[in-house]
Amino acid sequence: MSKTLTTLPKETAFFLEDVSVSYRIPDEKIPSIKEYAIRRLQGKIEYNSFLALDKISISVREGEIFGILGRNGAGKSTLLKVLARVLYPTEGRVWIKGQVYPLLQLGAGFHPELTGIENVYLNGTLLGHSRQEIKEKLPAIADFAEIGDFINAPLRTYSSGMMARLGFSVATAWVPDILILDEILSVGDAAFVQKCSNRMQGFRESGATVLLVSHSVDMVSSLCQRAALLDHGKLVAVGDASEVSKQYREMIF
Amino acid sequence: MSTNTQIYDSSINESPAIEEIKDVLKYKDLIIQLVRRDIISRYKRSFLGIMWTMLNPLGTMIVMSIVFSRLFAMRGAYPAFIITNLVAFTFFSQTTTAALGSMLWGSDLFQRIYLPRTAFVLSTIGTGIVNILFSLVPLIIIYVFTKTPVKETIILLPIAILFIAAFALGFSLILSAVVVFFPDVAEMYPILLNAWMYLTPIIYPEEMLADVLGGWLLRLNPLYRLIRLFRLVTFDGAYPTMQEFLFAMAFSFGTLIIGWVFFTKQAKKFAYYV
Repeated sequence: MSKTLTTLPKETAFFLEDVSVSYRIPDEKIPSIKEYAIRRLQGKIEYNSFLALDKISISVREGEIFGILGRNGAGKSTLLKVLARVLYPTEGRVWIKGQVYPLLQLGAGFHPELTGIENVYLNGTLLGHSRQEIKEKLPAIADFAEIGDFINAPLRTYSSGMMARLGFSVATAWVPDILILDEILSVGDAAFVQKCSNRMQGFRESGATVLLVSHSVDMVSSLCQRAALLDHGKLVAVGDASEVSKQYREMIF
Repeated sequence: MSTNTQIYDSSINESPAIEEIKDVLKYKDLIIQLVRRDIISRYKRSFLGIMWTMLNPLGTMIVMSIVFSRLFAMRGAYPAFIITNLVAFTFFSQTTTAALGSMLWGSDLFQRIYLPRTAFVLSTIGTGIVNILFSLVPLIIIYVFTKTPVKETIILLPIAILFIAAFALGFSLILSAVVVFFPDVAEMYPILLNAWMYLTPIIYPEEMLADVLGGWLLRLNPLYRLIRLFRLVTFDGAYPTMQEFLFAMAFSFGTLIIGWVFFTKQAKKFAYYV
């Protein structure tokens, strides 16, 4: 396996251009259509706009491991939502090449009454795969999750560790183009965590772009090549991961 | 890496309605899987399982027949008349109610991962079609018991079901788009549905409403047109007139197109609200 950076493609994986996201927060919550209509007619609806992202421009190359740092409320989650195509930017342009996998919460969309296999199909199709693709991967998924015959049992009989392992196993069965890692992986026992990080390593080697969001400065500076620092929705710094980490450390202390 | 790399560019302003159709085709296996989930999870743990889909209209029919059969002078068998209408109406009411619920349930996933926003609504319509096929079983039983003849007009039944499905889909999309911004619509809808049922000739013959508001109450009720088409080809054993058929088609597919365009136009704002 080639690990040298020079063999990785230098093409752009995604870029943001002057991306702003502004939430409109009504002064009070308007609970019904009737009240909405009345207030609208009276001109009493006032909105405070809140800029969660303020003219962010970032460009990330394919195969890069890119870190995002920032305090709570800095706009990290909003940025991830824009990249996951969950949130459409209020202004600016988002360009993404390939499939984005958000590993936000493992097992989101699982159903307790369905068997492990049915849930694998459901989760796989949620990630945009066809039934045929899932069928081919099924043995590997079951094997990686280490749940044995439970794969044929309803999910409600699973332990939380088994559920997390199955979720991780489905979500990482395919090498995504862009992988979003929102939190440090903490599923199952030490041996499984090791398997997980090996698989992540494999993704890097096969050229997937990884976006790592973390509070841990050490993690970002050791794993990432470049990083961005957000504060109050603004891009404070982009560049070499260790430089940006240093800047973040100065900011919080 | 994937061989067919897709590019997402927010600056390309394709019509959201068309973009959504392309996405739905890409995610068609997801919709099939959601239908399977709904069917399996609904029946897995109940003792009578899938039988409930059949027992439900049967039970309502029996109650209605006991209460109303003396009240309304009917040609033909009242139980067969009412179960026909009920199967058609239940298809509409269940799918639209489920679609509303799926928007609330799906909002969690919508916050995490990109999916075609219509996927959940489409899957509830798919589940509804499976359910209506099952509920044809008690309908057949009642027809046999009451010796109600079925004519060759029954070949139009799939079209009648398709029309109701298209109308239910369009209507669900409008409702679902509105419920994201006004959650209390979900509370209001059962009341609306109830009123709609009593304003539509379902438990009573349509002649009773024929001259209300000069007949406009019936003429402007799309649900009446669609349920009538459904009943005409099964219970009455008659073909619709060309005009009736075209009106039913216009109401159902018109609602579908309006609903699709409206929903997809609003969909980009959903994540800002839920």
